[in-house]
Order: sequence, then structure tokens, then C-alpha cells
Amino acid sequence: MSGALKVLSHHLRLYRRVWKGSVFVSFVSPVLYLASIGVGLGSLVSRGPAHAIGGVSYAAFIAPGLLAATAMMTASSETTFPIMARVYWMRTYDAMLASPLTVRDLVGGELLWLCFRLALVSVIFFVVMAAFHTVHSVQALFAIPVAILSGLAFGLPVMAWSAKQRTDTPFALLFRFVVTPLFVLGGTFFPIDRLPRLLEDIAWLTPLAHGVALTRALTTGQAALSSALGHVTVLAIYAAIGIAAALVTFRQELAR
Amino acid sequence: MADTPTRPDALIHARGLTKLFGSLVAVDAVDFDVDRGEAFGFLGPNGAGKTSTMRMIGCVSPASSGELRVLGMDPAVEGPRIRARLGVVPQADTLDRELRVAENLYTYARYFDIAGPVARKRTAELLDFVQLGDRWDDEVEPLSGGMKRRLAIARALISEPELLLLDEPTTGLDPQARHMVWDRLYRLKQRGVTIVLTTHYMDEAEQLCDRLVVMDKAKIVASGSPRELIERYATREVLELRFAIDAAPDLDGKLQGLADRVEVLPDRVLLYTDDGDAAAAAIHQRGLRPESTLVRRSTLEDVFLHITGRRLIE
Ligand SMILES: Nc1ncnc2c1ncn2[C@@H]1O[C@H](COP(=O)(O)OP(=O)(O)OP(=O)(O)O)[C@@H](O)[C@H]1O
Ligand SMILES: [Mg+2]
Repeated sequence: MSGALKVLSHHLRLYRRVWKGSVFVSFVSPVLYLASIGVGLGSLVSRGPAHAIGGVSYAAFIAPGLLAATAMMTASSETTFPIMARVYWMRTYDAMLASPLTVRDLVGGELLWLCFRLALVSVIFFVVMAAFHTVHSVQALFAIPVAILSGLAFGLPVMAWSAKQRTDTPFALLFRFVVTPLFVLGGTFFPIDRLPRLLEDIAWLTPLAHGVALTRALTTGQAALSSALGHVTVLAIYAAIGIAAALVTFRQELAR
Repeated sequence: MADTPTRPDALIHARGLTKLFGSLVAVDAVDFDVDRGEAFGFLGPNGAGKTSTMRMIGCVSPASSGELRVLGMDPAVEGPRIRARLGVVPQADTLDRELRVAENLYTYARYFDIAGPVARKRTAELLDFVQLGDRWDDEVEPLSGGMKRRLAIARALISEPELLLLDEPTTGLDPQARHMVWDRLYRLKQRGVTIVLTTHYMDEAEQLCDRLVVMDKAKIVASGSPRELIERYATREVLELRFAIDAAPDLDGKLQGLADRVEVLPDRVLLYTDDGDAAAAAIHQRGLRPESTLVRRSTLEDVFLHITGRRLIE
């Protein structure tokens, strides 16, 4: 068994104790979102011009955005405190590195673990979306891997940075000044072309905007291959940079 | 060093081994060899570089320069293959607080590709070996310091290592727990396990180590067996004199020629001599009346304090 799988199996062993609660939350939060914002708020919003949001119901508009945003949220919670804990508080990685495991195995294991968490959350979210009749095409299934990729694109660079942190203050700042603004302004609730030009340009630099745009195009059945490839490329570049950076910071912190 | 013979067959072989942290020299060109089956100790004051050296041997911290071979291999190239044959008990324990006692051993076995049934069998045996058999399903955090240390030792043994690295294995343990750890380490040595340890306890070093080195300020300043070091750096006996605080005599010149070396401390005077009783008699003849006199054999502690000085190094 490869080293990364051993790290994954360590995390899975811990997850076995909490999986019921975790899965329950993963179901309940999209239900609450789609019920309150989609249906409730949507009944008000739908009186506006439908063409502004692509001619679909407001629920069908924000559901894919929420899918991508949920992936980002899940990724940030998995790659902040837990990573610092394993580097510094609990020294989980030190114990692993005293065995034949290597820094590459640690980063690979975290990547697999993040994929697992994102897949679980995204599949559950997708099922809820379908139950709320917000899935409009067969290509919509591709929204699941795209959501996973969006989570990786955000989470892996964060993971590289988290390995360097020694207190939780920077994480509070990350959530307040990066995650939350992205969630609110990153295209989940309204099209980012409604933002002032400068903010729109900035939004397109973030992984979330690309994740939202592509999941939305897929679930509403409006995805064009060329723009899809563009979004995937941006997300993949973020993820790749995250992995490369994590290999560096993990080594700096753990193999001094 | 030019006069150190090359011993490439040694289990651990270090020449000019150096560790830098930025501009700080943590380990400064040390040479040592550890043979198969021996117990080898690193002694030295806080910050001397013991842990830094252990981490290089453990193939987690890359050497800054110099030569290091562990089990005949180069840690920079074959770290994972070397670590597969090591057991490591680090100074700050790295037990998994999220796992229970037996799970700590069991999951660790996975990292070494030990199959499930074998891992389970060894886990049970090792927990008995360190007398934690009845705590197998407990949480780790509430265990006492000594129990955690024993658990850490058991975990390090899960892969049946040839070479066991222990960084201060008994610091903070009560005498019973220390003796138990010594006993277990002694048994491992009987089975042919090579043991490298650091310690601040001189009795521990004397009990356990066939050979040891004393590190001070990143360098090795003395090496040999405990017996050799005592012979080289101390006399056979030490005479300890205590004077009443208000009646401390002016010792100037009065101790001349009584001992090989005299050390005047705030609370007592130490005379290093091969015949303590003779020195005590001579002192009375010179009219000195200490409140108490004690003749004892020299210990490694005398050697250590002599070599590294009595100042506190930070
Ligand atoms: N990761 C690190 N980064 C920077 N400096 C370090 C690091 N690890 C150790 N040092 C420094 O290297 C020197 C040697 O430390 P080391 O931990 O090897 O000493 P030691 O002999 O094990 O001490 P002790 O008996 O207190 O455990 C110290 O000055 C220490 O501050
Ligand atoms: Mg140390």
C-alpha cells in the first residue's frame, strides 16, 4: 500500500467515529440553504428580470453556486486548523515521519483525504439539489468533479500556508477576509458581471468564481466546451501550485 | 578528525557531522561510531545538540554537512529504507491523542507494512511488555507521564527495530517507572537491539550505556565507557566537606597538596583523590573542623560537571 493511502487510512479511522454527524450536517445544510434562500428568497427575486440570471429559477441559479461554495468551505475547514494541529499541536506528522513515510506521502495523503471529504459533501449536495429540482441536464453530473476540483483549488494552497501557522488567529482572518467575502461576492448569489469592473476582475482571479461559473453552466445545461476547459485549467493550476507549495512548506516545517 | 579510524562497518558512522539552523551551529563536526548490539549514550547540558544529532540519525533532519551512515546507508538517499528498521522515541512525545492506546500501536504498524494479524499480536505483546495491557482501550491524554513514555517506547518497538533511538526516555518518570524502563531496555539489548539514547541522568548512563559521548556547545568533548571516563577525568574517590555557614574557614592554602583537584562550591568543598580517608585525616591534622565529611566513589556526574562546568548554559 502506498504511503499516501496509509495517511488516508489514518484519517479515515478517525472519521469513522464522527461520520454520522458529519454526513448529517452535509445533508442538512444544503436543504436549509435551498429551502430558505432558493425557495423563500427566490420567490421574491423571480419577480425581477429572469434573463439576468440566465433564464432559470433563482433556486436553480444559486444551487450550483452553493455547491461550489460549499466545496470551498469544506476545503478551508479541512486545510486550516487540522493541518496546523498535525504539524504543530499534535505532532501527528512527526510520528508519521519517524516511520518509512515521507513528506510526499503526507501531502499525497492529505490530497486523498481532501478528495474524499469533497466528494462526500458534493455528492450529498448534488442529491439534495436534484431533490429540489434544480438539476436541468445530464451533463450536470460533471458538476460533482468540478466542485471537488474547486475545493482542491482553494484548499491546497491554504494547506501549504497552514503548515506555517502556529496560532489560530491567521485562520480567523482568513475566514473573515477571504472565505466569507468570496462566498458573498464570488458569484454564488448573483452573477459577478454585476460587480463593479475592478471587483469583477479580482473575482475572476479567485478559484471560486471559476468553480461557480462552471458548476452553474453544467447544472443549468449551458456549458460550452471551450469555456469549460478554461475554468478547469485555472482550477487545476491553483491545485497544482497548492501541492507544490505544500511540499515545500511541509518540508520546511517538518524536516528541519 | 584525522586520528579517528574509519569504521564503515559500524551501525552508525558519523564524521564531521554538522547541523546548522540558520547561523546557529547546533552540531559542530562530530565524529562517532555505534556498533551493532551496543548501548550508546549522548550526554550533555541543555542545548548541547543531542536532539539535533538524534534527529539526523533518525533520518528526519538532513545533515548540513559531514558524513553520516546509518545501517550502512546514506540518510539523504535511503531515508525511508533506514527508518523502516529504526524505532524512535522522540524527546517530545508524538503519541496520537485522537487514537486509543492500542490503536496507537496498531495504526503505527500500518506505516511499516505490518499485516493486520501480526500487528494485533505484537500490540498485545508490547502493551504487556510495558505493563499497559489493561489500559489498551483507554484514551491517551489521561495517561500519566510515565505511562505515555512507556506507550511511546512500545510504539517504537512495533516494527521490531534493529536500532532503537531514545531521546531522554526517562525524563519526568518516578523511580519505579525509570527502573522499569531500564529493565525493558536492558532486555531489548539482550535480544541484540542496538540502543542509542540521550539522558540527563548520570546513573542512567552508567547503568545502560556501554559507551557514551559528552556533548557541550555542539561538540563532542569526551567519549568512552563510563568506567574509562571516570578513570580519565576523575579520581577514584571524592571527599566532600561541609562547613557550618557561619564558621566557614579561610581555606586559602590549607588544602594544598591534599588532593589531585579541589573544587570550592558555595555549600561544600570537593577534594578529588584516590584515597578519601587519608585526605580526611590530613584535614583534621591541619586543624580544619568541617561539620561533616563524606568519602564516596567518583561518579559519572563528577566527570560530567568537570567537563561541562557547573555554570548553567542557556
Ligand atoms: N528546529 C530548530 N530551529 C532552530 N534552532 C534549533 C532547532 N532545533 C534545535 N535548535 C537549536 O539547536 C541547539 C541544540 O538543540 P538540541 O535540541 O539539539 O539540544 P539538546 O542537547 O537536545 O538539549 P536538551 O537537553 O535541552 O534537550 C539549541 O541552541 C537549539 O535552540
Ligand atoms: Mg534534547
